[in-house]
Amino acid sequence: MEVFAGDGVQKAEWKAISRGAAVKFDGVQKSYDGETLVVKDLNLDIARGEFLTMLGPSGSGKTTCLMMLAGFEPATHGEIYLNEQGINNVPPHKRGIGMVFQNYALFPHMSVAENLAFPLQVRGVGKAEQEDRIRRALDMVELGAFGGRRPAQLSGGQQQRVAVARALVFDPELVLMDEPLGALDKQLREQMQYEIKHIHENLGVTIVYVTHDQTEALTMSDRVAVFNDGVIQQLSSPDVLYESPQNSFVAQFIGENNKLSGEVVAMDGANCEVRLDDGTLLVADPVNVKGAGSRTTVSLRPERIELAPSDEPENVLDGKIEELIYLGDHIRVRMNVAGNDEFIVKVRNRRDKRPISEGDMVKVGWSASDCKALDAVA
Amino acid sequence: MSSATDTPTDAIAGDGIVRAADGTPLKRSLARALRREKLRSFLLIAPLLAFVVISFLLPIADMLFRSVENNIVRDTIPETVQTLASWDADSGELPDERVFAALYRDLQIAVEKRIHTRLGSRLNYEKSGMSGLFRKTGREVRRLEAEGPFRERFIEIDEDWADIEVWAVIKRYSPPYTPGYFLNAVDAELTAEGVEMKPENERIYLTLFWRTLVMSLMITLSCLLLGYPIGYLLSHLPARSANLLMILVLLPFWTSLLVRTSAWKVLLQQQGVINDFLVWINLIDDAGRLVMINNQTGTIIAMTHILLPFMILPLYSVMQTISPSYVRAAKSLGASDWTAFWRVYFPQTVPGIGAGAILVFILAIGYYITPELVGGTSGIFISNRIAYHISTSLNWGLAAALGTILLLLVMALFYVYDRIVGIDNVKLG
Ligand SMILES: Nc1ncnc2c1ncn2[C@@H]1O[C@H](COP(=O)(O)OP(=O)(O)O)[C@@H](O)[C@H]1O
Ligand SMILES: [Mg+2]
Repeated sequence: MEVFAGDGVQKAEWKAISRGAAVKFDGVQKSYDGETLVVKDLNLDIARGEFLTMLGPSGSGKTTCLMMLAGFEPATHGEIYLNEQGINNVPPHKRGIGMVFQNYALFPHMSVAENLAFPLQVRGVGKAEQEDRIRRALDMVELGAFGGRRPAQLSGGQQQRVAVARALVFDPELVLMDEPLGALDKQLREQMQYEIKHIHENLGVTIVYVTHDQTEALTMSDRVAVFNDGVIQQLSSPDVLYESPQNSFVAQFIGENNKLSGEVVAMDGANCEVRLDDGTLLVADPVNVKGAGSRTTVSLRPERIELAPSDEPENVLDGKIEELIYLGDHIRVRMNVAGNDEFIVKVRNRRDKRPISEGDMVKVGWSASDCKALDAVA
Repeated sequence: MSSATDTPTDAIAGDGIVRAADGTPLKRSLARALRREKLRSFLLIAPLLAFVVISFLLPIADMLFRSVENNIVRDTIPETVQTLASWDADSGELPDERVFAALYRDLQIAVEKRIHTRLGSRLNYEKSGMSGLFRKTGREVRRLEAEGPFRERFIEIDEDWADIEVWAVIKRYSPPYTPGYFLNAVDAELTAEGVEMKPENERIYLTLFWRTLVMSLMITLSCLLLGYPIGYLLSHLPARSANLLMILVLLPFWTSLLVRTSAWKVLLQQQGVINDFLVWINLIDDAGRLVMINNQTGTIIAMTHILLPFMILPLYSVMQTISPSYVRAAKSLGASDWTAFWRVYFPQTVPGIGAGAILVFILAIGYYITPELVGGTSGIFISNRIAYHISTSLNWGLAAALGTILLLLVMALFYVYDRIVGIDNVKLG
């Protein structure tokens, strides 16, 4: 896991260095009503060929960023660069950016082939080449036989593929996708995630992808920008995002997470000591705390906690098992630990597992590096 | 448990018919289950159905019937019609004494019932002078002795009775059904030589039909040209401003039609506001004031104004459903503003244009008050003639024939429209 995390960071950095930034947001701000900033001081470099995902809850300004990049919304302040060229004054149709919309926006009065021909026709591509490119694009999304159909005659998943094919058929260097899989059911969504990922790998286009689904973001992206309230909370590769969240929002938004609130009592370089509200002392990794005396929320992944630890981790606490939920590959244990009765532990379903039952008093333990002292949340 | 697993095999009996649990064929029990539902839905629409039949379908059927019905001749002078059957109009001779005697007896009864003048007016539509002939004869015939020779007596009363053409008209219009009203409605007439067009100076209806069509099309077109941008604006404004604009669009609906039409009179007449203004800014001189009312211009302007909401509303409701992401998608694919509009937005509004155009056109083609008030003589529509025949000349047969032709014309246009655009391509919301 450790190796993988480092690898992820290196990969993204290598790209950014070796191929130059395809897109650059430089101090971009956006307000619709002149009173509130929907995007606050966005600075973001996207490398050529990168798959970057903007992840965040609904209303956090992701779509707005995408619309500014596509040219449908002007930036209130700041400059956006495409291949080192400022594009604030370039109209959308001259930007050459492919786009996949959430509802696909396939033209209902045109057949699939006509939809794909549209960007080629407006570019004056010759008839023969048009047909060739349309055929290749349709083959790429495995819809070769569907050129004559109207969008309404296709299933949701097929429409989605057509939308992807249409955004790619004119060979744009940059493709934007705004929650393109939001309307599909779970299984289809997972399948499309892999297909889009493979298309990205094969074509080498830069993709800026917007979603509020963290699994989607983690599966597909080179890097993920976590948005909240118009601000990027953290920009890293998926593994770093999960392993080393920079603040409580990210820790909570990505994956499952136990929160314990308390106060920092001592800092000693690598570790810090935290006194929880019920008096318990913990050793934690000080990621985002100012120093002794500051309030903190300690974040802890459920799968990093051991029940009745055999070796001696830095932190060992008493707990009471409140509820057991059998999930096949693992068992979800809800416990009361340090006064928090929403404390979740995931126990792998191993052959040699110890029998546990509700009401048992058990010791729980975890190492200091697995528990992050982050900013306090109310 | 075992019966549950048996059911699938039980459901299909040996004869291959799928059966319900109680053994009745599935189709029949389904039909029975649906019957009650059908009955209930029928009862729900029954009042409306009755209303439509009584107030719409029956009057139309009656109108269609009146346009060919011609019982009046054989009802008023039955014996004459009967004896006239053996007379040949081309023989060049007057009918013989038997016919005149029959006419004498018929008229005695008809005058008694005071229905001979109605026959006169009916036949007057086909040949002028008939009305006077019957009125005069009706006055005299009561004083006539019951002894013949009737032929000479009638000719003494009015020498028109010696006119073979009079008898030819009576004979020609004695069958219970007649094409006469329809021929009249297309400026033709039935003569001894068959169907012929009326003399040039008596033709009015064909021109009127043509004018009604052309002007309705022009009104539809100008409604579209004015309504399209407004519909576009309405569907793109934020909700609050759109509501305000919508009220302005609907405002004409809340004002009396007569008031609106009269307002146009005030604006458009030669001493009116617009002419005054044009003279004031020296665009025209006082002698050259524009004639914008009591002609076709007036009709087109006033009717465009009145029918505009019928174009805007369907356009707006269709435009509202078109997601802005289509135009955005088009632009992101490289289309300029105009291309995105013309190739992506406009085609999606065609159903709204179709709905609006049909509404406006149908309303325009049958419009009556506005052309009457601002159309003068050159700007009136066929419906004004229909109204005239219904309320003034009382020639209901001709009015019915004109109405029927108008109805057929509209249906034919619907058919053409369906072939070109497709009627299911019309969307009202
Ligand atoms: N066209 C608009 N006019 C006014 N406010 C808008 C508009 N589009 C988005 N907003 C507001 O901006 C904020 C961010 O929206 P958006 O970028 O769509 O978020 P996300 O895509 O992350 O859900 C929201 O509060 C939303 O209400
Ligand atoms: Mg969004």
